[in-house]
Amino acid sequence: MKQISIPDTTKASLDRIAAVNKKLNAIIYLDREKVLKEAEGTRRNVGGIATRGIPIAIKDNICVKDEPTTCASRILKGFKPPYDATVIRKLKNAGFITVGKANMDEFAFGSSCETSCYGPTRNPWNLEMIPGGSSGGSAAAVAAGEVSMALGSDTGGSVRQPAALCGIVGMKPTYGRVSRYGLIAFASSLDQIGPLTANVTDCAALLNVISGHDEMDSTSADLPVPDFTKSLVKNAKKLKIGVPKEYFPEGGIDKEVEKAISKSKDVLKSSGAEIVDISLPNTEYALSCYYIIAPAEASSNLARFDGDQYGLREDAKGTIEMHTKTRTAGFGDEAKRRILLGTYSLSSGYYKAYYLKAMKVRTLIKNDFLQAFKVCDVILTATSPTAAFKIGEKINDPLSMYLSDIFTIPANLAGIPGISVPCGFTKSGLPVGMQFLAKPFDEETLIRTAYTFEQNTDFHKKKPNL
Amino acid sequence: MKQRIDKKTVRHVARLSRISLSGKEVALYQKQLADILDYINQLNKADTTGTPPTSHPLESLKNVFREDRVRKSLPAEKALQNAPERKDDFFSVPKIIE
Amino acid sequence: MKNFEVVIGLEVHVHLLTQSKAFCGCSTKFGLPPNSATCPVCLGLPGVLPVLNEKAFLYAVKTALALNCQIQDVIKFDRKNYYYPDLPKNFQISQYEMPLAHNGYVDIEHSGREKKIRINRVHLEEDAGKLMHDEKRGLSYLDLNRTGIPLLEIVSEPDLRSAEETSTYLQNIKSILLYLKVSDCNMEEGSLRCDANISVRPKGENALGVKAELKNMNSFKAVRDALSYEGRRQIDLRKKGEKIAQETRLWDEAKAMTAPMRTKEETHDYRYFPEPDLAPFTIERVEIEKIKSALPELPQVKKKRFISKYKVSEYDANALTRDRAVSDFFEETIRIVDKPKEIVNWLLGDVAAILNERKIPIEKAPFKPAHLASILRLIQSEEITGKIAKEVLQGVFDTGSQPEAIVDKKGLKQIKDAGELSGIIEGVLTENKKSVEDYKKGKKNAITFMVGQVMKKTKGKANPQKVNEILRKKLGSQI
Repeated sequence: MKQISIPDTTKASLDRIAAVNKKLNAIIYLDREKVLKEAEGTRRNVGGIATRGIPIAIKDNICVKDEPTTCASRILKGFKPPYDATVIRKLKNAGFITVGKANMDEFAFGSSCETSCYGPTRNPWNLEMIPGGSSGGSAAAVAAGEVSMALGSDTGGSVRQPAALCGIVGMKPTYGRVSRYGLIAFASSLDQIGPLTANVTDCAALLNVISGHDEMDSTSADLPVPDFTKSLVKNAKKLKIGVPKEYFPEGGIDKEVEKAISKSKDVLKSSGAEIVDISLPNTEYALSCYYIIAPAEASSNLARFDGDQYGLREDAKGTIEMHTKTRTAGFGDEAKRRILLGTYSLSSGYYKAYYLKAMKVRTLIKNDFLQAFKVCDVILTATSPTAAFKIGEKINDPLSMYLSDIFTIPANLAGIPGISVPCGFTKSGLPVGMQFLAKPFDEETLIRTAYTFEQNTDFHKKKPNL
Repeated sequence: MKQRIDKKTVRHVARLSRISLSGKEVALYQKQLADILDYINQLNKADTTGTPPTSHPLESLKNVFREDRVRKSLPAEKALQNAPERKDDFFSVPKIIE
Repeated sequence: MKNFEVVIGLEVHVHLLTQSKAFCGCSTKFGLPPNSATCPVCLGLPGVLPVLNEKAFLYAVKTALALNCQIQDVIKFDRKNYYYPDLPKNFQISQYEMPLAHNGYVDIEHSGREKKIRINRVHLEEDAGKLMHDEKRGLSYLDLNRTGIPLLEIVSEPDLRSAEETSTYLQNIKSILLYLKVSDCNMEEGSLRCDANISVRPKGENALGVKAELKNMNSFKAVRDALSYEGRRQIDLRKKGEKIAQETRLWDEAKAMTAPMRTKEETHDYRYFPEPDLAPFTIERVEIEKIKSALPELPQVKKKRFISKYKVSEYDANALTRDRAVSDFFEETIRIVDKPKEIVNWLLGDVAAILNERKIPIEKAPFKPAHLASILRLIQSEEITGKIAKEVLQGVFDTGSQPEAIVDKKGLKQIKDAGELSGIIEGVLTENKKSVEDYKKGKKNAITFMVGQVMKKTKGKANPQKVNEILRKKLGSQI
C-alpha cells in the first residue's frame, strides 16, 4: 500500500468536500486554513498511533473549543464553547484531524436531517432523498468520501438509521461506554455518541479511541475498555443470533428491506451462526415510551437556551419577554413541538399518567432484552423499516416521521449497544441497513458479528456516484 | 387518559416553555400533539403493576462522587466570551418584570 | 372576640462549607471578582454534566443525623424547572421525591418550656447566581460565582407559634451547624438564609389558615420583626373579617413592614423529574451509625450537662453553648482551674465584650483558656485585684503575653503590705480632713470616698479589704 502523508490525506478530504459538499450540504462549518495548519502540525509530531492524521467530521452538537457549535439551530447562532467535549479531547490526543462540523436535525430532533437551520442534507446515493437523521450530515459525509470517519450521536437511532440509509456502518455504544461530556444533551438518559465509518474495521478503531470512563460524566461506566480491533474476526461459529418476531410486523416493514434482511440471515447461517426465533413482547410500547421520555428530558435540557449568556438574543424590555422572543425566534417547528410535548407530559397533573408510566414501561422493555439475551448472543433486525424517503415527504406528518425509528429506539431505552451495517440495496439503488444488538458492554460481539457479515458480502465496497 | 389536549392547555404549556404561539400555530400544535398523544396513549395497555420505574439505564451505577478539590476556573473573559451583552465582567440581561 | 394564634413553618437554606462547588471544581469562596469562579459546568453551558462533591454529601448526611432525621435508603436528585436569569440551566438540581432525609426534630426552649419542632425533610441542592439591578438603565447584571454552591434545605413542620420561638429555633439550627463545622452560617454573606410560611387561625382550631410565604429576612432581627409584623397583620385582617391572600410577601427592613411581591400571574409548575445526569446514591446503615457516633456533643445536650455538672444557670448555659468554641473554652478552663462560676462571669462578661468590640471569634483570639485560668489564680491568691485583672485581660488580648508577665512588667501586683498601705492612708487622711470630719459626724459612707482615694493613689493595686481594715482602725483611733 502506498504511504500517503497526513497533509495529503487532509487535502484530499478538503478537496472532496469542495467538490461535492454543495450538492450534499453535509458539512456546515469548515475552516480550511486552520485544518491544513493542524495537519501540518500533526505530520511533524511523529508517533506510532494508527489513527494519526485521519480526517474526521464532528456532528454539530459536540463541543469543539472555540469553534462554532450550534446543533444546527438559530438559537445557538455564533456560540463558541470555551471547552472541548471529552471525545474531542481524545480524538485530538490520538492525532485525528477534525474536519468541520456535520449537519444534523436541529438539536437531533428528527430522522431526516431536514430540520436543520442550514437546510437539509441530501443522500449521496440519490440527491432527492433524505440521508436519515439526525446524524445525517455525518453519514452523508462518510458515504460521499468527504471524510473517512465521523462522530454522531444516537438518542433513538440517530447514528444507526442514517448509517443504514447512506450505506455505511454506524454504532451506538452501550449507555455509559462513551463520555457524554460536551455532547449538547437531547435526552440525557438515552444519548450516546457513536462512530459512523465506511466499514467495521474503522468503527472498531474509532470506538477504541472514544470509549472509556470520564470523571466529568457521572453516568460513564468505570469499566475496562477492551481493544475492539481484536474482535475483527471473520468467524460466526457458535454465535446464536436471535430474530425477534415483533420486528417484522405485517405491513410495518418495506418488502425490499425484509428481503435484504432475509438474505443476510442466510449469509450469517452459512458463516456458522445459528439463527433462533425470539420474542420481545413489549416492543409495541417502545415508540410511545420514547416519545414521553425523550421530549420530557429535552424540554428541560433546552430550557437553558434563553439568550442570557450565549447564542441568539432578541431585544425586549423585560427578561420574560426577552426569553420568550428569543426562544420563539430561535427554535424551529420540530424543536418547539418536542418542547411542548415534553413540558406537557411533565407538568403537574400529567406526570403520573405519562412520565412515570413511561419509566415503568421502560423497565418492561429492558427486561425483554435481558430475557432474550439468555437464549441468544446477538439480536438481528432491520435498522429502519424503509430505505431513504424523499425530502419533504414526511416533514408535515410528525407521527409518520417518528415511526422510522421504531426499530432503533428500543436499544436506547434499554441502554444496550447496537450497530448498523450495509446489507443490500433496493431496486432503485438505495442502501438497506441491518441492525445487530447485544448485551450491555458487549460491543465486542457486535463487532465480530458485523465484521463476519461484512467480510462475506460486498455491500460496503459500493460507493455512490456523485 | 383519553382526553384530547385542548387549545388552552397548548397555550399554558407554551407559556411554561417560554414560547409564544400565534393563533394558527396553537391550532396546528393542538392537532399534532393530540395525534401524537393518541398514539402514546396505547401505553395504558401495558401492565406495569409492581414494575419499578427505570429512570436510568445503568442499574449498577450508584454513588458516583468527585473529591472536594478546587480546580481551575475559567478566566472571566472566557466565561463571558459568548455573552450577548455584558457590563464589565457581568452578564447583562433585561430587568426582571414580575 | 376570638383569640388567634400564629402558625409558622421555616425553610432554612444553608451553604455547606466545602472548598469546591456541589457539582464542579470551582471555588466557593465569598467575595471573588464577578464571574471568576465559574466553569462550563456551573455556567450551565450546553453539553456539561454534574458530578457530586462527596464532602457536600457527607456534610448533608451529618447535618441530617444531628437533626434527628432518618436518612433514606435510596437518595436521588431531581430537576426543578423554572425560568430565572440567576439560574443558568433554567432548572435547579434539587431533591424532590427521594430527598436525603425525613422526619427529624430540633428541641427548643422558649419561655421556660421545652418543645420539639419537627423537621419534615432535609435535602441537598445547588445555589443560584446573584443579580444586581440597575433600575436606571432597566438592566440586571449577573454574577454566577455563587451558582452551584452546595445548599442544604431544612424544612420544618408548621410547629412554630411566634416570632420569638422561630428565632430561637433558627438560633438552635445555627448552633448545631456551627458545632458540626459544616457551615459558617454567615447571614450577612448569605450562607444562612430562611423563608417562612406564616398563617393565623383561631386558637383551638386544627385546620391551617391561608398562608403567606415570607422572604427577604436577612438577619435574626429581621426574622423576628417580619414575623411579628406579619402575624399581627393577618390577625388584624381576620378580626376585621377580611380574607388573607395566599401570596409571597417581602420584608421591607426600611419601612418595617411586609408587602406582596409584585408578580405576574403565573402558576408555579416546577415539572420535577429525576435528574438523568446523576446516578442514585445510597449509604449503608453501618456507615450511618459510624457517622452518628462520631457526631460531636450537640448544644442542647451540652447545655443540660453544663447545668447539672457545673451548676450554671440555664441562661448562662444557653449563652455558653450557643457557640461550640465558647463552650470548649469554658470546659478547657475548668480543667485547669475548677471555678465554673467565675469562668462564666469572665467569659460572658468582659471576654465577650472584648471579642465583640474587636469582632473576632473566640477561637481566633490570642486569649486562651490557660490565660483565663492564670488570671483567676492571680485573683484568688490576691496577687491582683479584680479591677487590675481587667487590665491584665486587655493586656493578653493586646500582646498575647502570659498574665503573670504582664503583672510583673507593669508592676500591677497588689499592695497588701500593712506598713506600705498605712503610709498611703495617712496621706489620704491628711489631704481629706473634711471627709474625716464627716465620718466622725456619722456619715459612714465617707469611708467609701476615702477607699476610692487610696485606690486612685495606688492605681487600683491596693487590696480593698486591707485598706478598709486599716482605714477603720485609723479613723477609730482618731476619735
